[in-house]
Amino acid sequence: MDAPPHANRTHSNDALFAYTLRLGDNCLVLAQRLSAWVGHAPALEEDIAVANVALDMVGQAQLWLALAADLEGQGRNADDLAYGRDAGAFRNLLLVEQPNGDYAKTLMRQFLFDAWHHPMLVALAASSETRIAEIAAKAAKEAAYHLTRSRDLVVSLGDGTGESHDRMQAALATLWPYTGEMVLADPVDEALAVTGAAPDLATLAAIWSDAVGATLTEATLVRPADGYAQRGGKQGVHSEHLGYMLAEMQFVQRAYPGGTW
Amino acid sequence: MYAQQIKTGARRLKSLAEMEPQERAFQEHVDAGSKIEPKDWMPDGYRKTLIRQISQHAHSEIVGQLPEANWISRAPTLERKAILLAKVQDEAGHGLYLYCAAETLGISRDQMLEQLHNGQAKYSSIFNYPTLTWADVGMIGWLVDGAAIMNQVPLQRCSYGPYSRAMVRVCKEESFHQRQGYDSLIKLCRHGTAAQKEMAQDALNRWWWPALMMFGPPDGESVHSAQSMAWKIKQNTNDELRQKFVDQTVPQADYLGLEVPDPDLRWNDARGSYDFGEIDWEEFHRVLGGDGPCNRQRLEDRVRAWEDGAWFRDGLMAHANKKADQKSLGRADAA
Repeated sequence: MDAPPHANRTHSNDALFAYTLRLGDNCLVLAQRLSAWVGHAPALEEDIAVANVALDMVGQAQLWLALAADLEGQGRNADDLAYGRDAGAFRNLLLVEQPNGDYAKTLMRQFLFDAWHHPMLVALAASSETRIAEIAAKAAKEAAYHLTRSRDLVVSLGDGTGESHDRMQAALATLWPYTGEMVLADPVDEALAVTGAAPDLATLAAIWSDAVGATLTEATLVRPADGYAQRGGKQGVHSEHLGYMLAEMQFVQRAYPGGTW
Repeated sequence: MYAQQIKTGARRLKSLAEMEPQERAFQEHVDAGSKIEPKDWMPDGYRKTLIRQISQHAHSEIVGQLPEANWISRAPTLERKAILLAKVQDEAGHGLYLYCAAETLGISRDQMLEQLHNGQAKYSSIFNYPTLTWADVGMIGWLVDGAAIMNQVPLQRCSYGPYSRAMVRVCKEESFHQRQGYDSLIKLCRHGTAAQKEMAQDALNRWWWPALMMFGPPDGESVHSAQSMAWKIKQNTNDELRQKFVDQTVPQADYLGLEVPDPDLRWNDARGSYDFGEIDWEEFHRVLGGDGPCNRQRLEDRVRAWEDGAWFRDGLMAHANKKADQKSLGRADAA
C-alpha cells in the first residue's frame, strides 16, 4: 500500500503549538464562562449539567495546554499558559468569549460551538500527530454528549413557548457573526491540514452548516443571513470581554506570585 | 448542621402504653432498628419532621453551592478549578436526591423551593458567611464538610429508608471533599509562602466558630431532640457531635501549623477530650434569623435564578407537551 501523502512531511512545532493552544484556549475560556452559571442556573438539573460540561472543558483544556507547553519547549506547563498569558496571547475563538447573557444565549453559544467542536474532534482523532489524535479521541466522547444536550435544548426552547422561541432567536442573531471564524482557515490551519495533522476546514464547514441548519429548522428558528464573519481570536485579537475574564481568572496567581496551590 | 433546630410538633414524649395500636406498632418497628419506607404508615409528626429536616438539608446543599461557586472562576490552578467544579456539582447532586427523598413523603420539589424562597424554610447558618479568599474554599472542605460528615454518618442509620440510603452516598462524597479541602490547606500551610499561610490562618479565624455552631445549640431539655431521637431520626446530641468534631479537628489544625482561635481550648486528660470556649449563641440565632453577613444575598441569588429561569422551565414544559400531543394524535390516527 502507498504511504499517505503526508507521511514524509513534517510541520514546524510553531504551527502545532499555535494549533493546540487554540484547542486548549477554546475549552478553557468556554469553561470559565460556563462556571459563572453554577448555582445560578434555571433548574437544579441545569446547575449539574452546566458544571459537568464546564468540568469536561477544564479537563480538555488541561490536556491541550499541557501538549502545547510541551511542543513549545520553553519549560512552561499548562497552568503557566492558563494563568500567565495576557489576552493577546490567547488563541480562542471569539465565539467562546462572548458574555453569557441570558441562559438562551449561553445555550445557543454552546450549541453553535458543540456543532463544530464535536466533528472537529472526531476528525482530529484521525490526526497524523499521535498526541493530538489521542486527546481528540477522548474529548470527542465528551463532546458528543455536549452536542446532544445543547442540540436538544435548542430544539425544545426554540419550539417551546413564544418567549423561549424569541429568546433563542435573539441569541442566534447576536452570536451568528462569530460563527464564521470557526471554519475560516488561516495559514496555521492550512499548514496542519496539508500534513494530515488537522482536518480541512472547508469539509468541516459543510458538516457544521448542515447540522446547524437541520437543528434550527426543527427548533422553528430562522437561520440568519451570513454577513461579515467577525474574526481575530485565533490570531490573538480579541473582544474587550476577554481581558476582564482573565483579570478574574488569573487574580490569585498574580496576587500571590510563587505560591503553591 | 445542615439541618438545625428541627421542630417535631411534639409537646412531650408518649410512652408505648399511651399510643394507639398503629402508632405503637410503628414505634416498636423503629425501636427494633427496622426501616420505615414511603408506603408504610407513620405518625403525622414523623412525616412532617422528616419533611422539615430533609428539605432543610436539601436547601443547604443548594444554597451551599453559592459560597464555593464564588471561587470557581478564580481557582488558582486548572486542577483546583476542576476539583472545585466537581465538588459543587456533587453538592447540587446531593440536593437533587435529597429533594427526591423528601418527595416520597408527599411534598413536591416546587413546594419546597417556594418555602425556601419565601423564607419559611431554613438552610444551614454556615452558608450565610462569605468566602473572602481562596483559603476559604479549603476551610469549607475541611471544616464545613467535616462537620457535616459528623452528623451525616449517624444519619445513614436513620429510621427513614430513603433518607438513610441517600446519606450513604452523600457521606462517601463528603469524605472525599473533606480530604480535598484539607489537601489544599496542606499546600497553603506546609508548602506555600508566608502570605499563603497567613491567608489560611485568617480563614480559620473566620470559619472556626461558625463551624462549631453548625451542630446547633445544646439539646438541653428540648422535647424536639428527644422526639427525634425516639423516632431514630437523630442518633446523637448536638454536643456529642460537636465534641467529636473538635477532638478530631484540633490535631489536624496542629499539623497545618494553624492556631485555633480559642484561648480556652486545651486538652483535658481526665475527659480524654478537648475543652473549648463558649460559643456565641447570640450570633448563631442572629444568623439563623436572617441577619448574617450574606443571608439576603444568598436568598436573592436563589430567587433570581428561579425567577429568571421561569421562561426556560416553561419552554421545556411546553415543548414536552407538544411532543406528547403529537404522539397521542399519532396514536389516534393509527387507531
